[in-house]
Amino acid sequence: MSNTQAHSHKALIWKVFGILTVITLVEVVLGIYKPKSLYLSKVLGTSLLNWIFLILTLVKAYYIAWFFMHLHDEKKWFRRAIVWTLLLYILYLTFYILTEGGAIGETFAGAYKALTQFH
Amino acid sequence: MEVTIPNKTTGTTWNGGGDRPFNSSYGKMMMWFFLISDALTFAGFLGAYGFMRFRFLKVWPIADEVFTHVPFTHQSMPMIYVAFMTFVLIFSSVTMVFAVDAGKHMKQNKVALYMLLTILGGMVFLGSQAWEWKHFIQGDKGAVILNSDDVVQFVNKEGEQVALTSFAAANHSDRIQHTKTNGIWNKTEPTLPKVNLEQVIEGFKANPDITIRTQQINQATKTKVILSRAEAEKVLQKAKQVVYGANLKVNEYGLTLFGDFFFFITGFHGFHVFSGILINIIILFNVLVGTYEKRGHYEMIEKSGLYWHFVDLVWIFVFTFFYLF
Repeated sequence: MSNTQAHSHKALIWKVFGILTVITLVEVVLGIYKPKSLYLSKVLGTSLLNWIFLILTLVKAYYIAWFFMHLHDEKKWFRRAIVWTLLLYILYLTFYILTEGGAIGETFAGAYKALTQFH
Repeated sequence: MEVTIPNKTTGTTWNGGGDRPFNSSYGKMMMWFFLISDALTFAGFLGAYGFMRFRFLKVWPIADEVFTHVPFTHQSMPMIYVAFMTFVLIFSSVTMVFAVDAGKHMKQNKVALYMLLTILGGMVFLGSQAWEWKHFIQGDKGAVILNSDDVVQFVNKEGEQVALTSFAAANHSDRIQHTKTNGIWNKTEPTLPKVNLEQVIEGFKANPDITIRTQQINQATKTKVILSRAEAEKVLQKAKQVVYGANLKVNEYGLTLFGDFFFFITGFHGFHVFSGILINIIILFNVLVGTYEKRGHYEMIEKSGLYWHFVDLVWIFVFTFFYLF
């Protein structure tokens, strides 16, 4: 191959592995202890704890895609073609589908209650 | 401006004509396109899961009460086992990048070693997933389904869930399970449930300390609603059946949909891991017989590596949405 890198990526790979491990450990500890102030809060439709999990997950996804899947080494517009496409469609999909799910849940809340009348 | 369409063929390899748009080879680019479509498929599945979860927000099972098993112990320890699985998959991703790295330096033996480690990591992950499925299917403490299809569990005074067998008599006085050597000759049947409904109701009446926990979640405390003893007695009159574990029709832990999505999404992901292992085994053989040495480059490792990392990437999201949220 023409663009063979002379240097090895080993140090970088270990560093990325360390970051992924630390983030996972933080997630697990938060998931076990569930601090009440974060777990019982509600910000933009879900708890603050869930937002923290989501952001940490996206950070992990970034490290895997950029350094394990070598998006870092790809041409800028090839990278953008992949990442922007996915971000656009997935954000669009989840925004509408979750809003709709919540709305249907509210609409049927009364009907469901009738099913579970215990008295 | 130069056109980036294939306009010449070499006739030797299937390489899209030898042009390299974005300085990327044909095979690698096609792998990326496949991964984009696969990512959208998973996004669709996880989106459907999110939709149903918001739709049934007030009765959705709490994952920490479902996935509590850890091998070699009977204590309830949520998160630990799945954290181990995540760690295994991330580590197998690391060995995969090492294989790609060794391939760039044309080190055949090292590539083979790292591929082997990656395959082993994948197998450990799949085995762990099978173990988790087994416990989810077998169930734990047992529950009762009402005529309204609500699932109710039993709790003690402290509000801790108790097993059905801890208060209901567990003897099969009415019938013995058929096995090949016992009962009807040469005929077997599935294991009989540990207790039946009558025994549960009798045991409930005999133990005044026990009451019922419903599927409903108190939104202020995010815990399941516990009924008073008087209410619980009324509820139990509408009981339909005893349930252990989860399948596509019933679920000890609450909504059947939870089990459906769990089986479907982790199953689909597990299938990806399985095919990733197969692809990696084929490529390991190619490495060992020297295919890529003859070809002059190890780009194939990069392509299968992309797939393998993608499987890891998807698991990161499955882990978040199924176990953390």
